[in-house]
This record gives sequence, C-alpha cells and structure tokens, in this order.
Amino acid sequence: MTQTEVASPPRSEAKELSVGKPIDRVDGTAKTTGTARFSAEYPYPDLAHAALVHATVARGRITAIDTADASAVEGVLAVLTHENAPALKPALSPSPLNLSSMVSGTSLDYLNTDEVHWNGQPVAVVVAETLDAARHAALLVRVTYDQLPATVDFAAEEKNATPVKGDLISPGEEKKGDAEAALAAAPVSVDLRFTTPPYHHNAIEPHATTAAWDGDRLTVHDATQSIDWVRKHLALRFGVPVAGVRVIAPYVGGGFGGKGSVWAGTILAAMAARVTGRPVRMVLTRESIYHTVGGRTPSAQRVALGADADGRMTALIHTSVSRIGRIGGRPEPVTAASGHLYDAATILLQQNIVELDLLPNTFMRAPGESIGTFALEAAVDELAGELGLDPIELRMRNEPAKNPLDGKDFSNRMLREAYALGAEKFGWSRRTPQPGSMRDGRWLVGMGVASAYHPPVQLNANITVRLSVDGTVVVRCGFQEMGMGGATVQGQIAADALGVPLASVKVEYGDSELPIAPMAGGATQTASVATALLAACDKLKRSMLALARRSGESPLRGQRLDRLEARDGGLYQIGKPGVGEKYTDILGRAGRPSVDAAVGSDTGLGAVAGQVRFMTKFLRDRRRWVKAATGAHFCEVRVDPDTGEVRVSRWVGSFDVGTVINPKTASSQLRGGIVMGIGMAMSEQTLIDPRTGRIMNPSLSEYHVPVHADVPPIEIHYLNEPDPTMPLGLRGLGEVGITGVAAALANAVHHATGRRVRDLPITLDKLL
Amino acid sequence: MRSFAYVSAPDVASAITAIGASPNAKFIGGGTNLVDLMREDIETPDTVIDITRLPLTGIEELPGGGVRIGALVRNSHLAADRLIRTRYPMLSQALLSGASGQLRNMATVGGNLLQRTRCAYFYDSAAACNKREPGSGCDAIGGFNRNLGVLGVSESCIATNPSDMCVALAALDAIVEVESVRGTRRIPLADFHRLPGSTPHLETELAADELVTAVELPALPVAAKSRYRKVRDRSSYAFALVSVAAALDVRDGMVSEVRLALGGVATKPWRAHEAERILLGAPAGEESYQRAAAAELSAAVGRPENEFKIELARRAIVATLRALDGSVA
Amino acid sequence: MTLHPEVRPRPAGHTMEVRLRVNGADRTLQLAPQVSLLDALREHLGLMGTKKGCDQGACGACTVLADGERINACLTLAVQYTGREITTIEGVTDGELQRAFVRHDGFQCGYCTSGQICSAIGMLAEHAAGMPSAVTEHRHGDAELTDAELTQAEIRERMSGNLCRCGAYNGIVDAIQEVAR
Ligand SMILES: Cc1cc2nc3c(=O)[nH]c(=O)nc-3n(C[C@H](O)[C@H](O)[C@H](O)COP(=O)(O)OP(=O)(O)OC[C@H]3O[C@@H](n4cnc5c(N)ncnc54)[C@H](O)[C@@H]3O)c2cc1C
Ligand code: SF4
Ligand code: FES
Ligand code: FES
Repeated sequence: MTQTEVASPPRSEAKELSVGKPIDRVDGTAKTTGTARFSAEYPYPDLAHAALVHATVARGRITAIDTADASAVEGVLAVLTHENAPALKPALSPSPLNLSSMVSGTSLDYLNTDEVHWNGQPVAVVVAETLDAARHAALLVRVTYDQLPATVDFAAEEKNATPVKGDLISPGEEKKGDAEAALAAAPVSVDLRFTTPPYHHNAIEPHATTAAWDGDRLTVHDATQSIDWVRKHLALRFGVPVAGVRVIAPYVGGGFGGKGSVWAGTILAAMAARVTGRPVRMVLTRESIYHTVGGRTPSAQRVALGADADGRMTALIHTSVSRIGRIGGRPEPVTAASGHLYDAATILLQQNIVELDLLPNTFMRAPGESIGTFALEAAVDELAGELGLDPIELRMRNEPAKNPLDGKDFSNRMLREAYALGAEKFGWSRRTPQPGSMRDGRWLVGMGVASAYHPPVQLNANITVRLSVDGTVVVRCGFQEMGMGGATVQGQIAADALGVPLASVKVEYGDSELPIAPMAGGATQTASVATALLAACDKLKRSMLALARRSGESPLRGQRLDRLEARDGGLYQIGKPGVGEKYTDILGRAGRPSVDAAVGSDTGLGAVAGQVRFMTKFLRDRRRWVKAATGAHFCEVRVDPDTGEVRVSRWVGSFDVGTVINPKTASSQLRGGIVMGIGMAMSEQTLIDPRTGRIMNPSLSEYHVPVHADVPPIEIHYLNEPDPTMPLGLRGLGEVGITGVAAALANAVHHATGRRVRDLPITLDKLL
Repeated sequence: MRSFAYVSAPDVASAITAIGASPNAKFIGGGTNLVDLMREDIETPDTVIDITRLPLTGIEELPGGGVRIGALVRNSHLAADRLIRTRYPMLSQALLSGASGQLRNMATVGGNLLQRTRCAYFYDSAAACNKREPGSGCDAIGGFNRNLGVLGVSESCIATNPSDMCVALAALDAIVEVESVRGTRRIPLADFHRLPGSTPHLETELAADELVTAVELPALPVAAKSRYRKVRDRSSYAFALVSVAAALDVRDGMVSEVRLALGGVATKPWRAHEAERILLGAPAGEESYQRAAAAELSAAVGRPENEFKIELARRAIVATLRALDGSVA
Repeated sequence: MTLHPEVRPRPAGHTMEVRLRVNGADRTLQLAPQVSLLDALREHLGLMGTKKGCDQGACGACTVLADGERINACLTLAVQYTGREITTIEGVTDGELQRAFVRHDGFQCGYCTSGQICSAIGMLAEHAAGMPSAVTEHRHGDAELTDAELTQAEIRERMSGNLCRCGAYNGIVDAIQEVAR
C-alpha cells in the first residue's frame, strides 16, 4: 500500500474495489484439505454416541417398549424412552410476531409421550460408548403399538383440502377482478392440472449434533442454519438460561432449508447428554434424517390462463393444494410468484391445505416459488402453443410495468432485459418452433424457457467491526455458512467500505457468542448482514474521524465524513487522494490499540428496539415496493426416441439479482439452484407409502439427486444492475436459481417430443 | 450392525472349512452389499469370513478361446481387461454401467453374482416381505414396485435381480464354479439364480457352505460384436429399469447367431430364449426384432407402477439389436 | 433430572488388532470387527477429513484411496484393510488439484469435497492406466482398444459416484480437466 505523500502523483483512478470481483473463497483451503470442522467432528474426552429408534406405525400408542436386550449390549450407557426420559419444558406456540417461535419442526415433545404421530417418529434413543454399540443396541429395542387409524394419503385427501388463511407472513387468497368469468370469456385459454411429489433436501452432511453440559451450561455443535434460534429453543426446552447455551456451527454441509428448524436429533442429543452426564454426539443416519426431518410438501395445482387473440392475458388463475402435518408445518405458499409475473387483467390466487398424520413439511429451497413456478411457467408455455406465439414473445407481451396484483411499483425489474440477454447467449433464434422438429442424429432435441422469480427478505442482523492498529479488521457476526460464501462476500463488502485490502479483513461467524444474525434461509442472509455491516463500517469511520480530529496534527482535522472516502487503508478527501490519513496512523497517534463499532443489540431493550425497527421497515417496504430477483432460464434437452431417456445438454441462466458482490460464488449458488431444479424436474421424489405413511426410499441410492453425468455446463449471466432499495443494490440469490427450472425442462421436453408432462418428476415412463 | 466374529481366510481350503464349521457364517468380498445389509439388520451372520485374500484374482485365457475369471476379481479390473473388452464387450459395458467407480473397485465377481434385490420393502424390516421373512407377505405387490419385475414373478415375490454383470453372463452362457468340502461343482449361470415361486428367500442354487471360486466364459465369437444397453432414472449411478445384453451376427441379411438377455425386468438375470429362437434365421431388421421382443415379453405381468417396463423393454431390445446390425450408428 | 440407572464401563474384549498404513504412517488399532473403515478413520484415528454422507455407498463423501485405488470407506470393514496403504484427504499433499478446486469454485459447503478430490485422484490414475468408462466409445472389431480422451463427458461419468448436493459439478469438472491437461 502506498504511503500518503504530497509528492505522490495525483490519482484520478477510482479506488481498487473488491466488490464485483470473482474472488476465491476465503475458506477454500480449509474445505479442500479436509481441515474444515463440521458439527460431528469436534473431539470431546469421554464422548458418547447416540442412535435413534423409529416408530413403525403412522399413528397410535406405545403399549410396551422392551429395552432389556438393547441395554445388555456391551457399552450401552442408557436407553431413553417415554418411560424414563426427562420432561421437556413446553415450546412457544408458533407466532409470526416472534420468528424464533417457529423454529421447532414439530410440536411434539420428544420421548415425553406414548403417542405416535408419524411413521418414523423417534421412540427411543440409545446412548453408548461407541457408535457401533449404539447402532447395534438400537436394533434390539422392541416396541409394540396400539395402532390408530391414520390419514396419510395426500392424493386421496386432496378433495378434503380447506383454504389457507393468510397471516402477516403470507397471504391467503389474493384476487383482482373476476378471473373465472374472464377465463370463461377468453377467446384462447388453457386450464391445467399439475402435480409435484414430496422432496427431501438431502444435504450431503447428515444432521449431526454434539452436545456437552457443564451444570446448566450447554455447548452444542449443531448442523443448523439458525444458530440463534437453536440456542433459544434449547434453553427453553431444557429450562436453562439462554446465556448459558452456546451453539457453534462455523461449517454446515448444506442445508437448503432442512437445517433451518430444530428437529428431533438436536433436542435428543442434548437430552442424552443431560441424562448420561457425558458429551454426546448424534449423527443421524440417512434413514433417520428422512424419518425425523421434514421435506417439501407434495402439491396439486391448477393453472388456468385466458388471453385475447394477441396473447394479452385476460385471466390468470393459480390454485394449489399442499399439506402440513397434524403436528406442525406451515402451508407452502405455492402461488407466491403468480401475482407478480404477468400483467393479467384478472387474477385469482388461492391455496388449500390438508393435514395429514405425517412428519410435518418444512421449507426447502424457495418454498412456494420453486414448485409454483413449475405449474405457472409450464402453463404459459402451453398458452403460447395455443396462441401460436413464441413463448418469450408471449411473456414480453404480458411483462408488467407495475405489480399486476395491486399496481405497486417494482423496486427494479429487468426481466425483459434478462430474456434478451439469455436469448442471445443461448441462441434461441436457432430454435424451430414445431415440437419434434429438431434432431441431432438419433436424439430429439428440445429447447425450453421459463422465468425465475424470488423475493428476498431482509431480517435484522447485529454485528461488530473492530479496526486495530496493525491494520487488521475483524467483523463479528453469528451468521451461518453453508456454502453461500458468506465470509468471503461480507469480507469483500467490509474491505470496500473501509478501504482496506481484503486480506486484512477477518470475518468471524457461526457461533452464538457472536452478535446475533438471522437464520440462513429465504436468501436473506447476505443482504441482511450487509445492511448491518455497512452501518457498522460507517460508524467506525465516524469514530476514526473523530479520533483524528481530536489531534491537531491530523490532515483530517476540520474534515467532514461526507467529503471523505475510505481507501488505501484510511480516510482521504474525495478528489484529493493526497489529503488524508491511514487508520493505523490515527490509532497510533491516539495510542489506541483498536476502535470498535457495533450495530444492533442482542439483549434487553436494544433487542426489542431492533425487532421493532425491523418489522416497521419490513412492513413499510412491503407497502411501497415489490422487489424480487428474477431471471430467465434457457435449456436444451436431448430425448432418446426409443426409451424416453432425457439428457439435459445445455443451460443458460440470465439473472437480474441486483449487484453481484462476487460473481464466482454467486454463479455457484445459482448453478446449485439449477442443479437442484434439474433433480426436482427429472428424477427426485420421496416415496411415501399411502397405506402406511412410511418413506420407502430413505437413501441416496433410491432418492435420485442429480449426479455429475446429469448436469451439463451451466452458463450464468447477470444484468448486474443495482436494486436502488437494497443495501449495495444486492438482492438475495440463493433461491431464485431453482425457480422456473422444472418448467423450462418440461417445456423443452415438450418441444423435443410433443409430450406435455404435468406431473413431476419427468421420468422416462411418462414419455413412452 | 450386530456384532460378529471375523476371520480372514488365506486360502480356499480354509475358507470352505471355516464356512462348513459355522452354519450362520457369510463370506465377505468387497462388502458393498453385505455390509449395507448387515447395517440394515437384514443379514445377521454370526461369523464373517473374509475371502479378499484368496488367490482367485486371475483372468486367464482358456484353450479354445474361453476365459476363466477368478471369483475375487474386482468389477473394475474385469471391465478393463483387454480380453474381456475385445471378446465380450457386453460384459465390460455391463460392469461399467453398474454402481460407481469406487464401488466397482471394491465389488468382486462372486459378490456381484450374489447381490440381493433393491426392493424397498425387502430393505425395510418394518414391512412384510416373503424374501426376508418367509410367509410374512409381500408389501411390494400392492405398493411401490416401479423398480420391480414383470418377468419370472410369482404371487410371493416380484423383486428384480439388480445385477448388471449377471445379465451379460446370462447372455454369454457363463458357468459358475463353486467349491465346498464336498468338492467342486459347475453350475450354468442360467441355473444359478432361482425363480421366486413360493420360496423367494431361496435365491440361488449355491449351498450355504459353498464358495464361488470362478466364472468361466465359453468361447463365443459372436460376442465380439455385442452391446449392453442400460436404461435408468439417472444418467449414471442408478440401477437398471431395463437393460439389454445382446450379441448379433448377420449373414446375407439373415440373423446367423444371436444372444439376448434382459435385466431390470425379471426376478433373475433373464436369458431371452424365446426371442433368440424367433430371431435365429430370420431376416435381420425391425420387423423381426419387434416380433422377437413381443414374443419374449408376452408372458410379462405388469402392475400399474411397473407396466411401462414391458413397453420399455420391447423398445430397448429393438433399439439394441438395431444398433448391433449396423442400421443405426 | 434423573440419571439412567445403567451407566456401564467401557467395553473390553471383542476387538481385534488392525494395522493400517494411513497417509504414510503405521497405525495400530483395537477395533470391533464391525467397525467400518470410515468409522475407523474418523472415530478412532480422528481423521475427520473423510466424510460420512450416507453410510450406504451412495454418495462418495467417504472416498479414500486404498493402495491408490478409490473406494468407499463406509461399505467395508476396517479389518479387511489390514496391511493396506490408505490415503485420505489429509494425506493428499501436492495441492495442485486442491488449488484448482478453489480457483474453479468446485464446492460450496465443502462437505463432499474431500471425497471429490480423492475420487478425482483415483479416477485420473484409472484413466492413465487405460481403464474405460461407460461412455467410452468402443468400436467393434478394433483389435487395438483406443484409450479414452478425458473429455468433460468422460469426467462426468467417471465422477458420478460423488454426489454434490450444492451442485458444484461444473466447477469440479473444470478443476479436474485443468489438472489433467
Ligand atoms: C449405491 C450402490 C449402487 C449400486 N449400483 C449397482 C448397479 O447399478 N448395478 C449393479 O449391478 N450393482 C450395483 N450395486 C451393487 C454392487 O454391484 C454389489 O454390491 C457388488 O457387486 C457386490 O460385490 P461385493 O464383492 O462387494 O459383495 P459382498 O457385499 O462382499 O457380498 C455379497 C454377497 O455375496 C456373498 N459372496 C461374496 N463373494 C462370494 C463368494 N466368492 N462365494 C460365495 N459367496 C460370496 C457374500 O456372502 C454376500 O452374501 C450397487 C451398490 C451400491 C451400494
Ligand atoms: S417383492 Fe419380494 S423382496 Fe419385495 S417385498 Fe415382496 S417378497 Fe419382499
Ligand atoms: S458415506 Fe460412503 S458413500 Fe456415502
Ligand atoms: S459442496 Fe456441498 S455437497 Fe458438494
């Protein structure tokens, strides 16, 4: 870094920025050398291991539970059942006013009842000296049940669905005009039924918890997306002070929503540790994950579209049926995107729900939009077919200037531009419209498009930033890193805000001892943390300036912050880069080792004030703007005309996600969403036996997530236009990638074969 | 997994003595199926006899052009072997289409021959399964059976044999050599696996105390022009929905020699004798292939979930034969 | 809260001596025979770089090299590898492939990464030894088998035993292809 001298040539160039550069991940070395520690990997002396025993009936009562053989296994420390497990304190009843109350995946008090509410519910926990002893003993626990009738068949119950009532977070019914009448009157229309199966997150890292008690103090290493909520929930359930519970999760091996709530494993690991007085590690088997961690609801959807002869939409109807569990779960907002994508004259959106005796559903990457856009965007493609219009042209004719439902402004919307960019990069013009008209040798070739849509949410984050006399910056914030590159991206933001090199910034995260950050989900984290970080950096610069002004010698005396810019490790006058001073010099002269800035407060009044500030802003923002990350997916498939096998051969995604802080990690996140969307569209499906409610493919060999060979090169392009209403102009991008993917594929498959598959996944039997 | 005693056998004699001595013992090869099933509590041997150190890892050319393969040859090594790749390409392709690179490095020929079904209800000890627990019923017949069989099924069991390798072996008329304290037997692959009938728990002709020592492939010139076509739910790393092993020779427009076997559709590796009979001497071409496929599948029994396999198998057979007769690249 | 009455001492007996050579060092363990190679590495040797994703042979996160060949450590008993040379991610020292993974962002959460890297090393050795894959073109009647060029399609097929739920497949393939050149 250059020393500030009057003699140095005046620099007119903009300062070196880190934001916008494809920087390598700061944790790359740790992750590629095997040194990154995940939740099951912390050594504790005297560590014991726990394993779960699962119910084999969907509903009933345990009449007997025989643990004698299990207890007799060498090394078994305890077999916990409802007969001997300690009582859990009651949970909070879920309320959207206190988001942490919604963290529990189910309302069940684990091992505190003889009732069975789903097939797979944990009914016993074995704790043993070794993992093998625990697993062995778990096989020997014998449970007998008094079975009760259970309702587990979604398809059969669909007709009994009831309308979802809206709340603060998601609306119930939404409408504009009389859509059914407009549909009936439309010269051109489609009225279609779509279904999607249940899905599971299947992060490769299993849910794992290591819990250690010291009196009433609890330390937990938990594979979680929400450190703070786990902490509060555990404190509540075990009746100990929140301050004594520490949750540590610097690395989480993928979550996708599956690690967003607190599930049985976390609570039971803490319980097992409490009972045995030993640190306990519970790593769920893949089967146990399916049996104790909720997945995505199945859905049945109706999309009906009416248009005039020019393709202007006169009616848009999207209704859905999805499920929750009798003992928890929130309705998945399936129609969430449908009020924002097309300028239809009339709109009707309506969601319905059935309650089943199954493990409750939970959020999974872009809950609502990912399965809802499948139906909507496939239906739009069908409408284009009816109209004889190019599907992009149909979309452009209906691209709204204002939010279609209520006429609110968009904070910024560049879907039109996204299509133009994507079409050019993909070579859309080479597509011949007739289905089945494109071939490559033996293969039928199809090209499809669909829109992506996901609104970011911003939550409240607390943060501290410390600038030290050695020039280093430490950002402390208890966010979680599941692969989004949070530490890298926030480091880049801090580096630019303070005008220091990225290498001198250290970001601490993943520990409840740090200031509280929101859960990682809903694509919220980057923007939420960035907001707090920018405010903290601002405060820090103010403190530095004040410190400098206190000294008569500083070149910064008499300066105002708005005339200064942070660059080259200090504050310098805008336009006169020679005038200013390095932070290290300011601190050195003042004899201060460091200066701190904090935003937000974790406790007491400060915390309440933060919550209120957040809610006010959330509601105000929602009144003023509709904002969302959008994009256009372009894909090419090849279909074997003999066997119906589909190969995805090319993908181009063109996105309007606001400012891109780090194109390298951003593209990975978007690709990740697209890959998960490919799985959702083509091969994934959780098989729940409609007779028993039992999941029959609880494995990675029979639940088919995409493998290397299923995934083509995926090109990502950005418009990179900042969102004027968001910090640094960035929106979240963790979830938008998956939306629209399944529709793009279904549309491409139709283009290749002439077949419309409206029931996911598009397995080859549906194309024979 | 339950606990068990472990011994490692240094030679064939001690392996067969050890298994003869403990009726609840199991051999372990690569372990890729046995360890999985033990963890699920489906296999519960009290003794595990490790045979990976047995000197049965050779692939030798036999006088007359056949090949003898040791039972402990790894699937990946067999697939890469030059003799196999040039004389029996369908076998190499079948092996390479199975499992993953890692699993193929572990899996042995003997273990692959004896791998058990992937029926979901067989894997879940909470379900009724005649194969796992004779007489308990079959939850798959009225349940999820998309991956199960349409040929060779019974009222007791419709589980498919999941092996890819065995489909090629069935087409190639392989012989399985087994050894026990009573001596050596040679079992044609066609007879090695049993149909479920009313005893689906009895899967092979192998006695509990017999060790598979080798597989022999007879000389079969037609196999030099052969193919294995596997159709599945992912592009890789998935079991077959339908697979076809085929070898074809066409002289003067007539089928002069043919071998055909099916996987993914049957309760055992399925040699398509009926189709072969129709094809032999028939004009090579679409019409004969269709007729042969239809004949072979005429006895198939589909259920709502796996009915599609009948049509898929028909198409896969025809497409594979077409590819072999050179009419399609 | 009550303590469960049956807190027992450490297990004795039923274990066997297992000698492995792990990352160049001789290690002797006392293990019950049912301990998998994966659990031996993680729980008994504290080598946490090798991951457990499924314990079913279905994800590849547990991939290690045994005498240079890639295997899934979860589906094998540790005792079966007595006397064998095991290399885990901790023993992958040359760093070239790892740096390529970082440059190409061949991971997100990093949980599958050790397995991807060990698998790639084994895969490149297999390819160098002339092993074919399911997508390798084979022309009937060729007396001389031609070795497969390591195209993206070849890499993808050969690496399909390693799942990445974060979907970092593009970066992984690019990293491997760069190093293979
Ligand atoms: C995720 C996954 C995917 C797979 N995908 C496929 C696939 O697509 N296609 C496919 O064909 N297979 C597939 N497999 C199965 C795999 O091919 C088999 O597990 C493997 O071939 C078994 O060989 P092994 O040596 O590991 O057998 P082991 O597990 O060691 O043994 C299996 C059985 O054979 C017995 N046995 C072994 N050797 C002998 C012998 N010499 N004599 C007598 N008995 C013996 C054992 O006692 C045991 O009962 C897959 C497996 C997994 C886990
Ligand atoms: S099909 Fe066979 S293996 Fe499957 S449940 Fe029925 S009896 Fe068992
Ligand atoms: S943990 Fe071994 S393959 Fe998944
Ligand atoms: S990087 Fe997360 S699973 Fe691959």
